Amino acid sequence: MELLLEGFQTALTPTNLLFAVLGVMLGTAVGVLPGIGPAMTVALLLPVTYNVSPSSAIILFAGIYYGGMYGGSTTSILLNTPGESSSVITAIEGNKMAKAGRASQALATAAIGSFVAGTIGTILLVLLAPTVADLVVQLGAPSYFAIMLVALAAVTLVLGASKLRGMIALFLGLTVGLVGTQTGQARMTFDQPLLADGIDIVVVAVAIFAIGEALWVAAHLRRRPLDIIPVGQPWMSKSDLRRSWKPWLRGTAYGFPFGALPAGGAEVPTFLSYATERKLTKHPEEFGHGAIEGVAGPEAANNASAAGTLVPLLAIGLPTTATAAVILLAMQSYGIQPGPQLFDNEPQLVWGLLASLFIANTLLLVINLPMAPLWAKLLQIPRPYLYAGILFFASLGAYSVNFQAFDLALLLGFGVLGLAMRRFGIPVLPLIIGVILGPRLEEQLTQALALSQGDVSTLWSEPVAVLCYLLVALGLVGSVVAGVRRRRGGSDHDDRPQQPDQPRAGAERVEAGR
Amino acid sequence: MTGASTETGPTIVVAYSADEFGRAALAQAAEEARHRGARLVVVNATRGDALVDTRFAADDEVAALEQKLTGEGLEVEVRHEVVRDVADAVVEVAVAEQASLLVVGVRHRTPVGKVLLGSVAQRVILDAPCPVLSVKPPR
Repeated sequence: MELLLEGFQTALTPTNLLFAVLGVMLGTAVGVLPGIGPAMTVALLLPVTYNVSPSSAIILFAGIYYGGMYGGSTTSILLNTPGESSSVITAIEGNKMAKAGRASQALATAAIGSFVAGTIGTILLVLLAPTVADLVVQLGAPSYFAIMLVALAAVTLVLGASKLRGMIALFLGLTVGLVGTQTGQARMTFDQPLLADGIDIVVVAVAIFAIGEALWVAAHLRRRPLDIIPVGQPWMSKSDLRRSWKPWLRGTAYGFPFGALPAGGAEVPTFLSYATERKLTKHPEEFGHGAIEGVAGPEAANNASAAGTLVPLLAIGLPTTATAAVILLAMQSYGIQPGPQLFDNEPQLVWGLLASLFIANTLLLVINLPMAPLWAKLLQIPRPYLYAGILFFASLGAYSVNFQAFDLALLLGFGVLGLAMRRFGIPVLPLIIGVILGPRLEEQLTQALALSQGDVSTLWSEPVAVLCYLLVALGLVGSVVAGVRRRRGGSDHDDRPQQPDQPRAGAERVEAGR
Repeated sequence: MTGASTETGPTIVVAYSADEFGRAALAQAAEEARHRGARLVVVNATRGDALVDTRFAADDEVAALEQKLTGEGLEVEVRHEVVRDVADAVVEVAVAEQASLLVVGVRHRTPVGKVLLGSVAQRVILDAPCPVLSVKPPR
């Protein structure tokens, strides 16, 4: 508790408060715009923030992360196109409400629900993360190795419709992570001195998120504009509130644990929350025609899961979403290694971050309730202007990593890869997680084997490790069984190109998901 | 679709946008069409490069417009499409239809607005093959 108060002292300095405000504004803006997400924004801002103090930068990024969750719902409700993958479900009931003239209430329940869930989630995070860190710190290298394997498997197998496409992305990422001479011998450097230091992850992240997306948009530039539903100030009546508060709490209960598990992400809990509300509602006739419960629950779930994903990130150093992965990158670029020692080594940074999450959440409610119609105006920006800016920042960022023109060539190369992945429906997240975790996986493996002097059995010498392997095995078997059963059932849904993790033809996607 | 104007009498082309300027232009164009006994071609186009273009009319709005004008006894055709350039598209329709009059709505622009955005109305006025009637919404 005392530590948290000290954290508030860090977070409430004028500079850090300014960064928090900037973060939530940027986060909301990119959340509103489909295709541009918090992960891309944080990746683009990484090089810009090299001169800022670590705690300020992390506070900025956390604000962007939380803000993205709020902004996505505005687009979902007003446009029937999810601004973020986490608000796909919100569009189902939210847009129906807006069409029925209840856009204000939908926006209000989304914003207040996000606030409630975000606050509860952050409290849980404050209570849980140090405890988890204390437990994890006792684990040895074999357990770390196993936990990372679980995270990789979960990101690849659980999320996304196609396991094969997930695997392709994962192994592409692991391959990129291999490049370099860090281990002593040169691997995949093609005798290029420029590749000897490995490929900078910042360049990969910026290329995949920003360049890939920009090329994709350029290839699909002219589309029929979508009809937006005009809206006034969000507000809700007492009866709306009565119908909303239970879904908020239930959504939080789904969101946080799912976020905290290595198989994180907001898609599963938002969907579960929607299904539950549909079952429990006293107004079943309204579902499908704009039921407020169907907005309140999923919106709470996605914010709670955002808080949840910070548990493994801070306590184990394990990213489970794209944004968490890029925030991890940011910490590493400051020489901070997230993990169990973080709470002991960098108390000021961690508690400052946690305190700033409470502040960001409150700021978001304040700027989102009165300003939702204003944010919706962002959707009228012609995309060429928007993406010119993104390309500029991407090139600047990639160049400033090492001040080498070679990185720009890499940026373009990976950008084309990003475009190809979107074109063929290969998810981006496993690649990014693979690039980040690959080298660390190797490090833990080498360490474990060095301690045991080459005895491989050390890998399953710890109970946690054994449990993790069982989980991975279970997941693999489960997905194979499910695949076989589906094929017997004659359904070929897996063969369809899966939407990339940031939906673009969002409306159609929601239609198909119903 | 094109070039049939000589048989059916004069044609008036109106550049429509789903705001007060477009509505003023359309009202004036409808009146001119009644006076001259002319066919009315309504062009509502967008570059389609932003996710939302509030000046691009919704489908049901277009249908309602068409119905209303037809109900008033006018011969109406609506071009509602995504194009490379809105001003070029309007001028092209005027050329193809051999329009006798083109109607546009005009607005004040701030100095910043002039730097940021090209004016569709200005380019239509300068490039049109026929006389252009520019209309302001009533104050």
